[in-house]
Amino acid sequence: MADLNPVSQWRRLMAAPNDSRGKTIAVAILLALACALMVSAATVILRPVQMANRAAEQEARLEALVSAIPGMEAMLASAEGGRLSTVVIDLERGRAAPDLGPETVNAALNEAGNWTSLTPAQDIAGIGTRPDYAQIFLLREGESGPVSLVILPVVGSGYNGAIEAMLALRGDMRTIAGLAITDQSETPGLGARIEESAWQAQFTGRRTADEAGNMRFAVARGPAASDYEVDGITGATRTNNAVTQMVRFWLGPDGYGPLLDAIRRGEF
Amino acid sequence: MTDAPRRALWPILTDPLIRQNPVTLQILGICSALAVTTSIVTALTMSLSLIFVVVMAALLISLIRRHIPSSIRLIVQIMIVASLVIVIDQFLQAYFYEISRSLSVFVSLIATNCLVLGRTESFARHNAPVPAMVDALGNGLGYSLVLLLIGGAREFFGTGKLAGFQILATVDQGGWFVPLNLMLLAPSAFFILGGLVWLIRSFWAEQIEQPEFPAPEPDRAP
Repeated sequence: MADLNPVSQWRRLMAAPNDSRGKTIAVAILLALACALMVSAATVILRPVQMANRAAEQEARLEALVSAIPGMEAMLASAEGGRLSTVVIDLERGRAAPDLGPETVNAALNEAGNWTSLTPAQDIAGIGTRPDYAQIFLLREGESGPVSLVILPVVGSGYNGAIEAMLALRGDMRTIAGLAITDQSETPGLGARIEESAWQAQFTGRRTADEAGNMRFAVARGPAASDYEVDGITGATRTNNAVTQMVRFWLGPDGYGPLLDAIRRGEF
Repeated sequence: MTDAPRRALWPILTDPLIRQNPVTLQILGICSALAVTTSIVTALTMSLSLIFVVVMAALLISLIRRHIPSSIRLIVQIMIVASLVIVIDQFLQAYFYEISRSLSVFVSLIATNCLVLGRTESFARHNAPVPAMVDALGNGLGYSLVLLLIGGAREFFGTGKLAGFQILATVDQGGWFVPLNLMLLAPSAFFILGGLVWLIRSFWAEQIEQPEFPAPEPDRAP
């Protein structure tokens, strides 16, 4: 009759020679179980804290971005109960992309199929291809009121390389609330002056299109002559033009145009 | 398996600090010494993580030392070390998120740090838990000492800071100090480590290894 008492089984295992086949397998299995338990426990117990960390990091990144846009903090402070929300939109259709979130959009944009190449006539900003999805930020009046502010990432091709910026529009989608250049490699002292906050501050309150919807925005050659223009930077014609074309492209029909129309119609 | 004869605890702890230092004498664990020593804070976090892993691994392996089948003993040790590394990595990600991002993959690579396996294989496997942990702690401290020295030197000469505080004002900030950008790149850790080994072996000449091959005679002009 075999001895099934677990205590004496355990004693027999412990007493067995270390190199016997049975003990080797038993030690391996027991150790694997113990290690699996330790690792799983650590992961499960610490996961909520890690998730909170990641969420906080996203928030901090967005806040740093928003505070880089001149005059934005005052605007956020005055918006009652308003909170910036992040939305991934489908540029073609001008509405939220149903199955993409801020976490998955970067993975989607790594696939070439999610980029549209532009014909030379469309491509006034000189960027070649345009992503089909973009992560934008919205500020609403109250919980679900109309959109009062939208922040759009834009990119254009400057004199020495890409110019990246965040463009904020007021609720009518025709008034610029602010512009922040986030990345550029223009000529230092000339084109690179687009980084200066004094220059960027001029964008606040400029209008982009007239009542008929014609795009009128431009960086002027020299001092601004109208509501639609900002002062140009002397000696940086190519950079001035690049900023003009960048804003015009992204607010136009091949950029965020469909989205802006949808917001203006109150459909968003 | 019979235990090694008992030794006093104090020399077990202090020997690995300089005389038997795992990094400068045995040249173990130097890949992390290169990668995480751009500042004192990352070097310190890495050191504490390694101390935790090596001490806990020594304890666990010493506890089961009489029952480890010798045919799978390395796998057993690596499994215990790797599990501990995952635990500390998860812990850092939860409570020291910023630092864990700058350490990135190097905490996980403690699992392959020869220093840890070296201590468990050569010491913890033959000794009772207390001396095994003391030995692991001593080796961890020796490793930390080297990491902190290199980290301090690189941060100081590379940025003019120590542990994040500006000691020398750089030229950008209106001071006179021009940061040595080389110090922030990996090769500088090699240079400092090499200098450190040279310095230590100048004082403790018995650490100098015998050359494995006689150096070739320089060609003489006939």
